[in-house]
Amino acid sequence: MSTPEKEMTFGEAVKEAIAEEIRRDPTVFLMGEDVGKAGTVFKVLTGLHDEFGDDRIIDTPIAEAGLVGLGVGAALTGSRPIVDVMFGDFITLAMDQIVNQAAKLRYMSGGQATVPITIRTTMGAGRSSAAQHSQSLHAWLAHIPGLKVVIPSTPADAKGLFKSAVRDDNPVVIFEDKMMYALKGMVPEDDYTIPFGQADIKREGDDVTLIATSSMVHVALEAANALADQGISAEVVDPRTIVPLDGETLIESVVKTTRAVIIDEGHKSFGITGEIASLVYNGAFDYIDAPIVRLGAMDVPVPFSKPLEDATIPTAENVIKAVQEMKIR
Amino acid sequence: MPLPPESLIKMYRAMLRIRRFEEQIWEVYTSGLMHGLAHLYIGEEAVAVGVCSALRDDDFITSTHRGHGHCVAKGGNLEAMMAEVMGRVTGHCRGKGGSMHIADMSVGILGANGIVGGGFGIATGAALSAKQRGTDQVAVCFFGDGASNQGIFFEVMNFAAIWNLPVIYVCENNHYGEYTPTGNVTAGKSIADRSKPFGIPSTTVDGSDAIAVHEATAEAVARARKGEGATLIECDTYRHKGHHVGDPGEDYRPQEERDAWMARDPIQILRQKLMDDNLASEAELDGEVREVEKEMENALEAAKAASYPEVSEVNQHVYA
Repeated sequence: MSTPEKEMTFGEAVKEAIAEEIRRDPTVFLMGEDVGKAGTVFKVLTGLHDEFGDDRIIDTPIAEAGLVGLGVGAALTGSRPIVDVMFGDFITLAMDQIVNQAAKLRYMSGGQATVPITIRTTMGAGRSSAAQHSQSLHAWLAHIPGLKVVIPSTPADAKGLFKSAVRDDNPVVIFEDKMMYALKGMVPEDDYTIPFGQADIKREGDDVTLIATSSMVHVALEAANALADQGISAEVVDPRTIVPLDGETLIESVVKTTRAVIIDEGHKSFGITGEIASLVYNGAFDYIDAPIVRLGAMDVPVPFSKPLEDATIPTAENVIKAVQEMKIR
Repeated sequence: MPLPPESLIKMYRAMLRIRRFEEQIWEVYTSGLMHGLAHLYIGEEAVAVGVCSALRDDDFITSTHRGHGHCVAKGGNLEAMMAEVMGRVTGHCRGKGGSMHIADMSVGILGANGIVGGGFGIATGAALSAKQRGTDQVAVCFFGDGASNQGIFFEVMNFAAIWNLPVIYVCENNHYGEYTPTGNVTAGKSIADRSKPFGIPSTTVDGSDAIAVHEATAEAVARARKGEGATLIECDTYRHKGHHVGDPGEDYRPQEERDAWMARDPIQILRQKLMDDNLASEAELDGEVREVEKEMENALEAAKAASYPEVSEVNQHVYA
């Protein structure tokens, strides 16, 4: 790779993507709660208001249905809004706008309507924020045709995928794990985008495929390191976008390794891991040597107390144990 | 400023079009050529026409489940509308939307909506977009008395007020939310009062008087174009038919009430006005009726002759 790179955090990468897109396209603006001078509650957008002012970085009332609804109407009529929904838990307040309006307007109008809205929101437990500020609800939206769902795991992916989201002519929901905002990584310095529907192999391996999303990619990488010490070579594959989903790369990897563990922070039942497991079973059936293991958040509301909360999230130990039980060596 | 005679005759024709369109829907529906739900606008024509006659082609509207009238008044194509409600490929939405989702982006019809109050966010967002893009376009949100109890109504009025958005909320109070009398489920003296805490001016007009609706809208449009913000207009109106084709609309609405409203037919009111003021002769107005009948007959024939979409279209238009 000859492209120059610089190190930045996940949060800085998101901010840089937004700033570049606002500079590039006069129809792009961002609105949400506390996005202005406050730079969001997570301080991820600090400085954007200074550069772009009230017209492009817009503080809104705490009214998620109206906020997203206005975004949909603006997107329908020539603007390209980025709507900031502080916590993923709060998208429930805007579900009519996302599910019945944004996702369906193009289809219901027979292709006349274009709704280029980007909804950025957060996911992930681990901050002792309890049941209404910790959920990972990306599977809900992935269930709705008409939406695209993006779930980056690294600063470089976050930036490239975010820029693609803003340029996409469809409603895109991007879930950022709030536990990763301080995560550092190398990010290309040029103006790049990452296309949707292209999984990324984060680590190559031969014995087992760890399919992981968002912060679970780092859990999988930690597990892969530990497994290497035990002589097991794990491949880590990150789908990066749930819709569209790059089934081909996931299947190819499992055809090669013959085993898979799927790790996602959404609830285990009726979620992403079940969907991917089904896809992989169908695509790699003749090659699979062990039952596919699914690891998700426990099927309980996220509890407040630290030891309880920690027990609900998949860990590297869970992944290692699952792989060891496959008796590869 | 009084409307010139040609504008009034145009309004009369638009109201006739809506009436005839809806009468044909009734016929088409009851003869089995149309499926699903049909919510007729008969009796409320003065609202759609009064409002849309004060708008430009590049202004926006959002419509409701009872939306055919809005779409005709804003310039929807009659053939394409009739084809759409019949599920034909020549419909505005290639048969994918149907009666409750007619949209024609080319004339600013951002879509009828099957969710009660579904247009609030979209219309207010269209107004935000007009402001962001530096145009003087305005957005009109048609909604019913039922939608006035949805929470998002209050959210968007707050947004419109804090940002001074060029949006006009037009409430069609037809006194029944489906089968329930509005007064039974709606607090306060009037829906128009509901914008007062937000500092948004409001007015109540006779929704059977197209000229009164037009004047109230024209004033609101002028304010919106000048950057003076939103307006709420409550139109007192009545649907002559039931909630949908299939509901006679009789058992829950008293006979005297229905008779009183039928006696104030909005089309007759404008027709009488045109004749009383010597702006058109009875013969001329009858000529309008015949022309509209012919026009609607042609639209219906074209729709009947049109094909259904190929099944291969089913997964088109999900994504851009």
